[in-house]
Amino acid sequence: MNGRQREPGRGVRPGPGGPHAGLVRPVERARDFRGTVRRLVRYLLPRRRHIALVVLLAVMSTLFGVISPRLLGNATTLLYQGMVQRARGVGGGVDFAALQRIIFLLLVLYVASSLFTYLQQFIMAGIAQRTVARMREEVSRRLSRLPLSYFDARTHGEILSRVTNDIDTIASTLQQSLTQLISALVSLVGVLVMMVSISPLLTMVAVVTLPVTVLVTRWVAARSQKYYAGQQRELGELNGHVEEMLGGHRVVKAFGREADSLARFEAINHRLFGVAWKAQFMSGTIMPLMMLIGNVGYVLVSVGGAILVTRQAITIGDVQAFIQYSRHFTHPITQTANIANIIQSTVAAAERVFELLDEREEAPDPADALRLQDPRGDVRFEHVRFGYQPGPPLMEDLNFEVRAGQTVAIVGPTGAGKTTLVNLLMRFYEVDGGRITVDGFDIRRLTRESLRQAFGMVLQDAWLFNGTIRDNIAYGRQGAGEEEVVRAAVAARADHFIRTLPEGYDTVLNEEASNISQGQKQLLTIARALLADPAILILDEATSSVDTRTELLIQQATAELMRGRTSFVIAHRLSTIRHADLILVMNQGTIVEQGTHAGLLEKGGFYAQLYRSQFTGSLAADQAG
Amino acid sequence: MLRLLRHLAPYRWQIAGVCLLVVLQNLAELLLPTLMADIVDRGVFRMDTPLILRTGAMMLAVTAVGAACSIGVSLLAALVSTGFGRRLRSMVFAREESFSLDEFDRLGTATLIIRCTNDITQVQQVVFMVLRMALGAPVMLVGGIVMALAEDAALSWLIVVVTPLLGAAVWAIAARGMPLFRAVQARLDRLNLVLREQLTGIRVIRAFNRVGWELERFDQANRDLTQVSISVNQLLAAMMPVVMLLMNVTAVAVVWFGGLRIDQGQMQVGSLMAFIQYVMLIMFSLVMLSMLFVMVPRAAVSAGRINEVLETEPEIVDPLLPREPVRAEGGVEYRGVTFSYHGAEHPALQDISFTARAGEFTAIIGSTGSGKSTLVNLLLRFYDVDRGAILVDGVDVREMSQASLRSRIGYVPQQAVLFSGTIADNIRYGKEDATEEEIRHAAAIAQAADFIEAMPQGYQSVVAQGGTNLSGGQRQRLAIARALVRRPQIYVFDDSFSALDFQTDARLRQALRRETRDATVFLVAQRVGSVMDADRIIVLEEGRIAAMGTHRELMECCQVYREIACSQLAEEALA
Repeated sequence: MNGRQREPGRGVRPGPGGPHAGLVRPVERARDFRGTVRRLVRYLLPRRRHIALVVLLAVMSTLFGVISPRLLGNATTLLYQGMVQRARGVGGGVDFAALQRIIFLLLVLYVASSLFTYLQQFIMAGIAQRTVARMREEVSRRLSRLPLSYFDARTHGEILSRVTNDIDTIASTLQQSLTQLISALVSLVGVLVMMVSISPLLTMVAVVTLPVTVLVTRWVAARSQKYYAGQQRELGELNGHVEEMLGGHRVVKAFGREADSLARFEAINHRLFGVAWKAQFMSGTIMPLMMLIGNVGYVLVSVGGAILVTRQAITIGDVQAFIQYSRHFTHPITQTANIANIIQSTVAAAERVFELLDEREEAPDPADALRLQDPRGDVRFEHVRFGYQPGPPLMEDLNFEVRAGQTVAIVGPTGAGKTTLVNLLMRFYEVDGGRITVDGFDIRRLTRESLRQAFGMVLQDAWLFNGTIRDNIAYGRQGAGEEEVVRAAVAARADHFIRTLPEGYDTVLNEEASNISQGQKQLLTIARALLADPAILILDEATSSVDTRTELLIQQATAELMRGRTSFVIAHRLSTIRHADLILVMNQGTIVEQGTHAGLLEKGGFYAQLYRSQFTGSLAADQAG
Repeated sequence: MLRLLRHLAPYRWQIAGVCLLVVLQNLAELLLPTLMADIVDRGVFRMDTPLILRTGAMMLAVTAVGAACSIGVSLLAALVSTGFGRRLRSMVFAREESFSLDEFDRLGTATLIIRCTNDITQVQQVVFMVLRMALGAPVMLVGGIVMALAEDAALSWLIVVVTPLLGAAVWAIAARGMPLFRAVQARLDRLNLVLREQLTGIRVIRAFNRVGWELERFDQANRDLTQVSISVNQLLAAMMPVVMLLMNVTAVAVVWFGGLRIDQGQMQVGSLMAFIQYVMLIMFSLVMLSMLFVMVPRAAVSAGRINEVLETEPEIVDPLLPREPVRAEGGVEYRGVTFSYHGAEHPALQDISFTARAGEFTAIIGSTGSGKSTLVNLLLRFYDVDRGAILVDGVDVREMSQASLRSRIGYVPQQAVLFSGTIADNIRYGKEDATEEEIRHAAAIAQAADFIEAMPQGYQSVVAQGGTNLSGGQRQRLAIARALVRRPQIYVFDDSFSALDFQTDARLRQALRRETRDATVFLVAQRVGSVMDADRIIVLEEGRIAAMGTHRELMECCQVYREIACSQLAEEALA
């Protein structure tokens, strides 16, 4: 008899925008809907037994929910009959024995229905979360095998959003919408059957409201989606502006452009308001409109039913049950539309995740790949050809040779492509032609692992992770002991500053590693490389963001590190360059000259020009450092 | 939260309208069951078809009024909440723009951004939800109780029993859920952190062959997250079934106990049906109210953060009657300047005095943390001095308007911040009405012309947000061009050549030397080499001037300077 009872889902999980959020927000669509769904289903297959159980539970709890209004109606009829009999003075009033039976049955149904709903949600929690956990794991595995070119071509935010937002979307859809869809479909059919069985005539009255519902929903949804898209756009612009202006606050202030920034903000804020209130209003009208239509149906059924009762075509309890059914009837339809949209955007999210999973991996090491044993550190480039993009290559026919223990200085203007050499040496990228050898072996014939073991790397942007200083140094070699870590730190001139920290080696570097200075970070990366004890070294000489005392320590540590190793140095100091065994002069992506300092000066080419330019202006003399 | 709601004052009439409409809407809703009871108890019972039809028509009218009110509520609530959001955003952003660097240091740029964006959206959303949905709940609660009592007072003990039960059940689940929600958030953050580190460190990870270890780190974070996510969802799984069960059992109880009363002729069936509906409405409004308890604390955190911004008064404000220097040459004098950062134990600068005349080149050198950047930041009045004064052309910077002071200075920050827009836009940022010619000239001096012209769109090439599509060196050169285009009387270079390679650096310095001949130049540097030809070198040590003079003078008499110079220039000629 609870004809005005609210259905599950309404009001309990009100995301922003209310219960019909799926209807009023713009929907993303997947390019290959079927293929993606099929693939998504494959993830669920291992749990098919659990899922079958969930479906069974969902069907049963819904069916029980569908039956109970009819029973409650029968109870009402019993009461009504009792009332009528009493009023007319015939019979003994309410048949309590019968009422008791009905009520007992109802209680059983309600308890069972709630229990099944609970179980189905409970089981689904495990299925949903474990499924997406597996997806995350696969994404992580795939990322670890993708070539560097994948990462260089994308922003971190783009990749992060697939692992977090997209996978979260999948998780919540699996958790909520799947069972909702099943219940909606089952109750749609069940309710219709019950309604027809009570009164085909009333059913027609109730069904008349249906097309109206659909039309109204569509009309409102279409409009509100438009405004929502506008709102998202303006909000994005507003956030972008705020981020930029506050991020560059000192520049805005220094150039006295606060008023300008405020004016732009106001303009965007004004536009945002213009669409935002409409979006909010439109999405807010769906509920009252639905309630209106529902209530009209309710009144029509009440009146029609009442008249039918007076003609004794049906009982009063039937009317009561029918009212409830007609409510249940419109609900699953809007719900289905809502879920359909949610599923659309979920599939779009899944497609993005799958795209990532389908990215081409680095070619695995060939089966007969060699392990580089005890590398000496001879390196040769033979006729190397390379380009990042198809088309004319960046480097063509590049040749040079470095013998074990020698130092190579890489010089050239900003953006000359000095990191390209690193990329090729470490096999972050593969050469397009020719070959690179280490100790005479073509590096493509070596396992990547053993090749990279031969290299140590100290780059400018000292990468450290959120962990203790000890762990960060020990990163250089798996299974390094405490003593080795400390020895490396001492050799890298880092031990002293580490011990001045309150927690010493157990100091945890925070997320941006901002609790130690830039120079100290460099020392830690040098310690890490020392611990790795590589035969060949790639290092980026620090420029000027380090104070002079730390700088001195870095110089000493670097010298220590380079001793006895083949070193490729992206060089900024003249002393390094002058003492290098080989200078590679880079410009516009390729090596334009190579030789020793004296030889290159004599040649009078690009390097000579580069070198001389330092002493032409008196301001420029700092390069001497 | 409440303090923030003060700012709703301009919307008081709309809010009053919402209240009125909400009451009407709920009254309409509350009328329907009792009208239906009339149909049953009087219409059906007495076979009175005209009464049934009359009542039906009335119900239609009532429901139409209810819907109209509801749509009205929606409209007003949308206008109020988005208008409120707009107002707050404007206030917060304007306040943040007026902050000096001191307030930025104290609060942090990242949270200032969040406060102006997400926090306000959150509050706006809650205002809408409260107006739209939650405001009606108490009306419905009271109205439902009154109507239920009117239908049958004797049965109302059921309400007394059931509502606390429902409240307790919802509260029990929510109370256990809250810490779990926080745990989910924390572990999600952890997973993101691990992944972000793996993306930024990808070259290092692969170079050190630590892919396996990283995978394990990710798996661990993934496992932790999954485990607590499962717990939270399993707990939430109980919420709906419990509420539903309570509602349904209540309905059955009403039928049973109402049946007893009907049997005794104390109640009619229609009343019973209406009573059930009222009980449902009461319980529903309770569930709505409990949502409020979930929503409001979350928004209260945001509201608190917004309030903090609005209640922070910027420390640096323009004087009421700003003074303008009589001559505009760019002479700068520091007079016994002492300055401490907020909450710092030791002053960052102590007793700094010197004079830089127009056309002079002043270099500031010293180790990290010695106060070099602070010294120039004070000139720009990013912070105010604690003691002493800084004078520009004879006028204390605190007596000038900030706009006038800064219009005299061309500033190149340590971090080359660019804004989205074209390259020309970015250079023009220094001088709004700069001509094409001036822009090209500035770019040429800054050694940026070559790379700009090599781009397909030249000066119209688009700079992405944060300048991410340019290299560090290119960004620095644009930041320099931006300062040059102003042709100011004073230049401040705060260690702004760090990302340049030596050839570009050399050419740039040479060009700058010519360009800035008549201006007062301040250069913060790390290397002795860049300051050797300065008219005045200030050697800072722990916030004090350790020595001041030309390179030659300092080499002779200053121990600290000689040490620095020797360590840097060991192998090269020193003069």
